[in-house]
Amino acid sequence: MAKFFAITIIIIAIASAIPILRHTWAPPEDISTHGALIDEQLSETMAEAGISFLAAQFVLAFFIWKFSNPAPDAKLKNFPGGAKGLVIAAFLVVGIEVMALGIFGAKAWANVYLTPPAADAMPIQVQAGQFAFYFRYPGPDGKFGATHPELINEGQQNYYGLDPEHDVDARDDIVAAEMAIPVNKEIHLLMHSKDVGHSFYVRELRVQQDFVPGLDVSLHFTATKVGKYEIVCTQLCGLGHYNMKAYLEVLSQQDFDDWMKKETAMQ
Amino acid sequence: MRRKPILIALLTLLAGSSLMFAGTVSGKVTYTGTPAHQKAIDMSKEPSCAKQHATPISTETVVTGANNALENVVVYISAGAPDEGQVPTQAITYTQKGCQYLPHVLPMHVNQEFEILNDDQTSHNIHPLPKVNIEWNKSQPPGSPPIKEKYDKAEFIEVKCNIHPWMHGYFAVLKTSHYDVSKEGGDFKLPNLPPGKYTLTAWHEKYGTQTADVTITGNETKDVNFTFKATAY
Repeated sequence: MAKFFAITIIIIAIASAIPILRHTWAPPEDISTHGALIDEQLSETMAEAGISFLAAQFVLAFFIWKFSNPAPDAKLKNFPGGAKGLVIAAFLVVGIEVMALGIFGAKAWANVYLTPPAADAMPIQVQAGQFAFYFRYPGPDGKFGATHPELINEGQQNYYGLDPEHDVDARDDIVAAEMAIPVNKEIHLLMHSKDVGHSFYVRELRVQQDFVPGLDVSLHFTATKVGKYEIVCTQLCGLGHYNMKAYLEVLSQQDFDDWMKKETAMQ
Repeated sequence: MRRKPILIALLTLLAGSSLMFAGTVSGKVTYTGTPAHQKAIDMSKEPSCAKQHATPISTETVVTGANNALENVVVYISAGAPDEGQVPTQAITYTQKGCQYLPHVLPMHVNQEFEILNDDQTSHNIHPLPKVNIEWNKSQPPGSPPIKEKYDKAEFIEVKCNIHPWMHGYFAVLKTSHYDVSKEGGDFKLPNLPPGKYTLTAWHEKYGTQTADVTITGNETKDVNFTFKATAY
């Protein structure tokens, strides 16, 4: 019975490694300038965690196989030299491993968050609210109008609580339900939540960032491939969470200008 | 045997007299000034709804027509109504279609049953926001049976959808069935009013209320017009 159990462990461990080695569930093609580093980091993490996992399973199976049926008169033996040295060694190995992943990963992280965006990066604001995203562009004046939560009126499409009557900067702001960006142009995304926690996730962009109520979060990225991608909320935010999505349109500069004209006419 | 013709004659007379003294109030609702610009609605998040509109629909906070007509104004008898407490038995319907509420404003009698239908291929979550009635919000996946509800207090209730933030409408819960909603051209008509003194109220979701007194003495049509002052924002 013990030998059967040991063999089962080996089979399950190997079977679960196969789809990962074969890239059965590989992420979709990366369309960002920073994504390669993130993909590298992920596969490195996966490789190290996978090797540790397999090694642990093999050792477990070996011990089950060898020691599951001790002779009736066998005595329990202590590990030679006690377990202390081994525990310290395990702490060091795992600690160094996790730290190394963190240090190497810091660059991938910094590319999106810590380094400042280029001076000519295009600012776009995204507001998450139950259960939709709305995107705001500053318009020809390059300035976002102030937001007034008390003026938010969804029935009148005033999702941001703008006050165009008194605020000149707000008059030319473009608020859209989809996010269009020009290809190969750096985007400075300014994120805030209207109500609860949400998340902005575009698989192809390798961007996944939570909205935290009360915090202004910002990140920057450059998309390199024209196409239409899905933006989904990946933080359970309530009843309509499953339907909280929008589309990211990566367009050529010409198409983007046309899109902006169309959106301006819709305001 | 001779009683029957008399009875018929009496009944005819009764029916005739009530018709004879049925007055009508009709008129137009208009605006002065510049009404607020209505933004087009981007439904790209819900493609099954977006494709139902050849051109994007706009918000319906202020709907205007030719010659300064103002639509979606509820005109009703707010004092003197002869039918207070007479709850109509037929249910009325409020439809969610193309991620839009049809009609935008649904008037109803207190305690009158109304049905909410989902004609879309997506889930809706209807969430009226009453202040004096009891609040609820109900999820309605596609293909669900109608939701049946009623309100027991008079109130204007804003309605929203928790899934599609742009969806917006109103329930007008009134103590009378003598109401109308101004249509294209701003026209409204309240027929079958017995003689009496009435207060007429016109309610608009953005521009507030106006009232007018009207007296019906017999079989006549009284003209009452309302003019709201529109604001650009």
